[in-house]
Amino acid sequence: MIAYLIRRLLIGIPVLLGVTVINFFIINLAPGSPADLFLSPTATPEDVARTEAELGLNKPIFVQYVNWLTQLLHGNLGVSFQNREPVTQLIGDRIGPTLLLMGTSLVVAYLVAIPIGIIAARRRNTVVDYGVVGASFLGISVPHFFLGLAMIYVFALTLGWFPTGGMLTLGRGGGFADRLSHLVLPVVVLATAIAANMVRYVRSSMIDAFGQDYIRTAKAKGLGTSVITNKHALRNALIPVVTVIGVDLSALIGGAIVTEQIFQWPGIGLLTIQSIGARDYAVLMGINLIAAVAVFAANLLTDIAYAVVDPRVAYA
Amino acid sequence: MSVTPLLQVDGLRTEFSTDQGPVTSVDGVSFSLAPGETLCLVGESGSGKSVSALSIMGLLARNGRITAGSVLFEGQDLVGLPDRELRRVRGHAIAMIFQEPMTSLNPVLTIGDQLAETMILHLGLTKAQARQRAIELLEKVGIPRAKDVVDDHPHRLSGGMRQRVMIAMALSCEPKLIIADEPTTALDVTIQAQILRLMRELSAETGTAMIFITHDLGVVAEMADRVAVMYAGQVVEETDVYTLFDDPKHPYTSALLRSIPHITTPAGDRLNPISGSVPNLLHMPTGCRFHDRCLQAMDRCATEPPELLPVASQHSVRCWLYDETEVPA
Repeated sequence: MIAYLIRRLLIGIPVLLGVTVINFFIINLAPGSPADLFLSPTATPEDVARTEAELGLNKPIFVQYVNWLTQLLHGNLGVSFQNREPVTQLIGDRIGPTLLLMGTSLVVAYLVAIPIGIIAARRRNTVVDYGVVGASFLGISVPHFFLGLAMIYVFALTLGWFPTGGMLTLGRGGGFADRLSHLVLPVVVLATAIAANMVRYVRSSMIDAFGQDYIRTAKAKGLGTSVITNKHALRNALIPVVTVIGVDLSALIGGAIVTEQIFQWPGIGLLTIQSIGARDYAVLMGINLIAAVAVFAANLLTDIAYAVVDPRVAYA
Repeated sequence: MSVTPLLQVDGLRTEFSTDQGPVTSVDGVSFSLAPGETLCLVGESGSGKSVSALSIMGLLARNGRITAGSVLFEGQDLVGLPDRELRRVRGHAIAMIFQEPMTSLNPVLTIGDQLAETMILHLGLTKAQARQRAIELLEKVGIPRAKDVVDDHPHRLSGGMRQRVMIAMALSCEPKLIIADEPTTALDVTIQAQILRLMRELSAETGTAMIFITHDLGVVAEMADRVAVMYAGQVVEETDVYTLFDDPKHPYTSALLRSIPHITTPAGDRLNPISGSVPNLLHMPTGCRFHDRCLQAMDRCATEPPELLPVASQHSVRCWLYDETEVPA
């Protein structure tokens, strides 16, 4: 197992390197230069050239990439073009709220989706099942931005139950209840898509498990429905579901960018949008690297989780 | 019948609803079983053997239901019993062994856990007691290193070993009846012989009655006290195993016995198959269900369905050849 993990981590190095290469060139392909956004419309070509030189943008793109990489090896992600703050510090400030949002969404989504998926599977081809499948189809289809705006309109503006955005009410110190009420709407938006997808996986893999011979054996032993469902079927059904968790994590990162923007949630997603607007290459590269590491870690964790839930899987 | 039967199946009829309409898989099956006796249900695929067994256990698929008949187990009718009460019988007084040892055990639970849970449920043992008894049971069914195997998952065991585990599981609550649905069909021949011997020994030792389902007449000769031959969802002949092989009455039984090659049959001789094929359950022939394949069919066979009637003590046949006008009861 340990040898396997070391091998996986070593394979990760070229993968992550490749991701940074692709990201770096794609970002540089985007029209517009950070210098344009820094300077006033009256700036002379000399001003532009001087600013670009300051930011290191006048060098060939390969040199720029190598410079960035050299910095990275020294544990340095560079300095934001926009406000001269170190990128590590910018990301460090923002990562907490994002982890809070994503973590809560993931937990809420699974707590909702797994029981609902089980119920739908147990009542296959009944009104309950059709309702669940229909609702999950809707949940998958609705884009984050639409659901987010609809939630704000209904629950924040019209009903006034929750704040429209932000992470805490300014001037009120931001106690637990205050933070929680800010968390509700963005979590609902993010969790909806994850849960809607997960329900379908849980449902179909429970239906599959219920049809297996070992379930018939369990029934022949005289076991009750709840033991059969929760012990014999669910444990098997979770094996394919584990795969989805890795995919969900990547989807969450994308979803968080949009959701944070809509709810003005002060996390990485909001920082991403701001940095794209400012063509802040240094910050964007930092965020991309973090995201790539997160996805890589999620996949590795998925594989480890496999070995935990399925005794037939052994890594050597 | 001198002994009170342990199990008395009477006029059992099981229907499945399908896309093509209702299909009757088991139609008026009756047989009885004395304590400690082994009854073989023998027949071709689709003759209703397994469905009969699953009907007794109340384990039919969602689209199946018993539409007529009764299953008296120790005098209690299991048909129509609420699931909660049926569960007290399943795995306790009646245990079942299935055809597919490779898939019948839960892959994510340990052998010990799967053995123990039945005993904890039905016998009220503690976890530690159940584990101890699980090890004893594994030793009893001939599994080497039982102390280690008890903590293994099923994928570590071969098919034959898994079937031994299934047998241990069936025996765990000292049932009065074990229903074994082709327990050796999925195993290779040498393992088959071992498993059959084990089951015979254990049933003799514990006095457990068995319903042994098979399509293999060799297995019947090995295992059975009594035999019920099934064809197209009905029992066509029921008798003790010696009479069945020496003096089969039903033309289907005779044809089945003739179709088996004998060790003295010269090489190159052709087999004697039964011409035609098993009728489709959706289009059951009128009259006797075997008449269109029967060499001795008469006119009335095509129109009038025969009843399962005694031709001798402990010997019943469903055939017009033995109508009371010819064989006085």
